[in-house]
Amino acid sequence: MKKVKFGVVIFPGSNCDMDCVHVLRDVLGQETLELWHKERNLQDCECIVLPGGFSYGDYLRTGAIARFSPIMEAVTAHVKTGKPVIGICNGFQILCEAGLLPGALIRNRSLRFICKPVHIKVETKNTPFTNFTKKVLTLPIAHGEGNYFIHAEGLKDLKDQDQIVFRYCDAGGKVTPESNPNGALDNIAGIVNKERNVLGMMPHPERCSERILGGIDGKHIFQSIIHTFTGQI
Amino acid sequence: MIARIYVNLKRDVSDPQGNAVKGALESLAFKGVEKVHVGKYFVIELDDMRRDQAESLVKAMCEKLLTNPVIEDYSYVIEK
Repeated sequence: MKKVKFGVVIFPGSNCDMDCVHVLRDVLGQETLELWHKERNLQDCECIVLPGGFSYGDYLRTGAIARFSPIMEAVTAHVKTGKPVIGICNGFQILCEAGLLPGALIRNRSLRFICKPVHIKVETKNTPFTNFTKKVLTLPIAHGEGNYFIHAEGLKDLKDQDQIVFRYCDAGGKVTPESNPNGALDNIAGIVNKERNVLGMMPHPERCSERILGGIDGKHIFQSIIHTFTGQI
Repeated sequence: MIARIYVNLKRDVSDPQGNAVKGALESLAFKGVEKVHVGKYFVIELDDMRRDQAESLVKAMCEKLLTNPVIEDYSYVIEK
C-alpha cells in the first residue's frame, strides 16, 4: 500500500509536533519527517503539517515571527504547486500571518484560555481534508487566541467560494451562539484558501485520533488527505 | 534617534481586553469613561539618520513585522 510522505514542521515553541508525528507515523503508518524550522528543503514531502503550540512564545503576535522562519519559503513554494498544508491551532495562526490564509486569529472574547472538547460541523466535503469525515466532529480545542476575524468583504468572499470548512456547533450539528467557544466570526473554526489546498483549523485532530484518548474524529481528517493521494484509507 | 510607535486594533475588530479594562475602571468607581482601547507601544532606538530615512524605515518595519494590517493600525513619532 502506498504511503504518503508527511512533513511536520517544528518551530521553537511548537509543542504539538510529536503528537502529529505519532498519529501520522505510528497510528496511520505513513512516512513522516520532522522538519526543523531552519531547514530550507522539504525533502519531497507531499503534505506539510504546521502543528500547534506557542512558536516564539507568541511574542509580538501569535505566529508573527514563525511566519518568517527559513522553512516558510519552501512551504510557500509547496503551496504554490498545489500540494496540501494543514495548519493546526498555532499552525493556523502562522498561515494567516504569512498571508497563506485570509483573516486573522485574535484573543478569545472571554479573554480566557479555553481547553475543552467542542463539536464542529463540516461545512464542505469539497476539500482534500474533509472528503472522508463525518458531518459533525468532536475535537478538543486549547487556545487563548482562536477568535477568527476577517473584514466584511473577506467574509462574503469566504462564503461565496465555499471556503469555510468547519463551524462550531452543538452535538446535533446546529450552529448556535452558545456553541461558539471564543467569539469567532460566524462560528468559524477552520477555513481553506481559494485553491483549497491549505487548511487552517483551531481544534486539534492529532489529539483525537486514538480511542484511548476519547475519540477518533481527528483521524478522519488525516485519512482524507491519505485518501486524496492514494485512493485508499 | 527614537521612534515611538503606537499600534491599535482597527475599529471593527472586537477588543475584549479594552472592554474588560473599562469594566474594571467602572467597578473602581471611575466616572466618565466612555471607551477603552488597549494597544501596543514600541520604542525603537535608531542610529542617527535623515528624518525621511527614519520614516521610511519605521513604516517598512511596521508593515512587515510590527503590525498585522488585517487587524491593526499604527502611528508614530520620531524624535532626534
